[in-house]
Amino acid sequence: MTAEMLVPLPVLLPLIGAGIALATARSTFVQRIVSIAVLISNLTIAGLLLAAADSSGPQVVQAGNWGPTEGITLVVDRLSALMLIVSSVTILAVLLYSIGQGRSSFDTQDDGESPLPIFHPSMLVLTAGVSTTFISGDLFHIYVGFEILLAASFVLLTLGGTAERVRAGISYAYVSLLSSTLFLATIALIYAATGTVNLALLSERIPDLPDGTKLALHAMLLLAFSVKAAVFPLSSWLPDSYPTAPAPVTAVFAGLLTKVGVYAIIRTQTLLFTDGRLDTLLLWAALLTMIVGILGAVAQNDIKRMLSFTLVSHIGYMIFGIGVASVAGYSAAIFYIVHHIAIQTALFLVTGLIERYGGSTSLSKLGGLAGAVPFLAVLYFIPALNLAGVPPFSGFLGKVGLMQAGAELGTPLAYLLLAGSAITSLLTLYPLGRVWTRAFWQSQPEDVEEHLEGASRHGNDQPLGPGVVWPTAGLVVATCALTVAAGPLFGITDRAAVDLLDRTPYVSTVLGGETGDP
Amino acid sequence: MTPTFLLIIVCGVLFGCGVYLLLARSVVRALVGLLLIGNGVNLLFMVASGPAGRAPIIGTSDPADQADPVPQAMVLTAIVISLCMTAFMLALAHRSWQLSDTDVLADDTEDVRIVQRAVENDMSDSDFHESGQTTALDDDSLARTTDSNDEQTSDDDAPAGHQPPPADEKEADR
Repeated sequence: MTAEMLVPLPVLLPLIGAGIALATARSTFVQRIVSIAVLISNLTIAGLLLAAADSSGPQVVQAGNWGPTEGITLVVDRLSALMLIVSSVTILAVLLYSIGQGRSSFDTQDDGESPLPIFHPSMLVLTAGVSTTFISGDLFHIYVGFEILLAASFVLLTLGGTAERVRAGISYAYVSLLSSTLFLATIALIYAATGTVNLALLSERIPDLPDGTKLALHAMLLLAFSVKAAVFPLSSWLPDSYPTAPAPVTAVFAGLLTKVGVYAIIRTQTLLFTDGRLDTLLLWAALLTMIVGILGAVAQNDIKRMLSFTLVSHIGYMIFGIGVASVAGYSAAIFYIVHHIAIQTALFLVTGLIERYGGSTSLSKLGGLAGAVPFLAVLYFIPALNLAGVPPFSGFLGKVGLMQAGAELGTPLAYLLLAGSAITSLLTLYPLGRVWTRAFWQSQPEDVEEHLEGASRHGNDQPLGPGVVWPTAGLVVATCALTVAAGPLFGITDRAAVDLLDRTPYVSTVLGGETGDP
Repeated sequence: MTPTFLLIIVCGVLFGCGVYLLLARSVVRALVGLLLIGNGVNLLFMVASGPAGRAPIIGTSDPADQADPVPQAMVLTAIVISLCMTAFMLALAHRSWQLSDTDVLADDTEDVRIVQRAVENDMSDSDFHESGQTTALDDDSLARTTDSNDEQTSDDDAPAGHQPPPADEKEADR
């Protein structure tokens, strides 16, 4: 048995699991066992794949034994394996959290009518979609992966069908579908120009295209992926749609869905369009994403919305690394993606705990949490400092990596970005600190006391049971582990970045020696 | 490769109409727009596959005359996907109509609140407000949202729960 045989499993297992979970919708217990088992095996497989990709190069499967010109290629290199691991860890934590939340958790919000049995299957389908995007070796299959995860995310976002979620879900769905349609149109044009959608083949054929065609295709692809990744002028849909969903759903969305777009940008930037003509544009977009995003966060009064804006803002850091387009830049960007997936998910889970205990995420209704539940304060404090990039944490290491890469580039724009990222770091501290002082340390507004009683009357006898606290705490510990393991992690991301820029291991493994030209 | 001129024209018309419809606030109109664009993209794939040829079935014709099968396979996939998405969007539109008797998309209440604060040039720190004021603002902005959205529809279409609070109550809160 070789490692190559494992490559399709991260997609297959969740899909099979989703089928079983849907068939056993009447038994919550079976559903939970199935989804946890699937995710743990996914995590193991991803670990094995990372080991294999790190020691013996990219693992390739040609689905159905078709050639790269007409078939679907699945590739796992260091970058994909790393993404698979992080996504499995976060989804696992979120699923454990939602299990710990119990069956009644969504009911209090949704008049007891919420279609709970579809939560686990949709989560597994989402996992399958995310994995598909990470391991696919051709553009059209990336599109299919996007659509799988979109379909699941629509269901999760409108869970229960309350007015607020339907409103948010509709705008989210339109923006996502429009960007997918744009992506599909680009795929059609790329096929017309080159006669293939396989990434490895494209990397050989695209450099031969006329400059104007290349630029147009490049810009269209970037536009489609930037909507997904919430890069500045295309980011306004995100803070509008994420905060309405239940805490575990928002946590997964915030952690993973935008990063899938960033991943797609990295792939196309390194494999297809290596002439770097839009790098300056990317750097400007990165700067504006950081600054505008964080200024949005400052204005918010609701923790979930504030976090959604910091999410947009920190996408800018990753785009910064991509725009620098050196080994150091890509390495730091990949490190930052890994760090940010974990940290943003952890913060949204903690916000879920705050909402469970305090009955609200609005700052004007919260207060005095530090005295009432000290461990919650610790759980909030660590990822908050980490996100803002305070020195010992992984957020700081990632930002320093990015700044070094920017300093190596040495253009005036790069220095402007250095300043921008430093300012953004400091500004991130402000809204996070505001939550810290307001929700944790200031005394409660008077009418909140009634609110709390109201919440416990709804059946939340034990709002912070071990079932919800442990998964959150586990994820927070995992984010701290990223700090401790930053050395080896940077080692992997460095090698991944070298591979990305080198291109030959990827291309030659996929094509297997043959050029594929007729 | 010589693409068919007529297909390109049709494709462009579909895109144009689709974008125009997408600009509407009505969920169903926007969905129709999205569908038109989707079909435009499907035609684009046909253009991309080159001039029409014989059916891509091995053994029925000379391989040199055959149409390119790969874009056809991709279009089939895309059609199936857009069918599912259309079904889901229609369900959402129906739910939206059930909830508020209109399929016009409402504004985000939190956004409206922030815009309102900006218009009033309210620089005070919202953290230290009496909590009652925020609630009053929320209700107020909700009412404004529905008002502005329901301009085309009659007044009784407005949802029952979104009545603006009485003016004296707001005064008392401040």
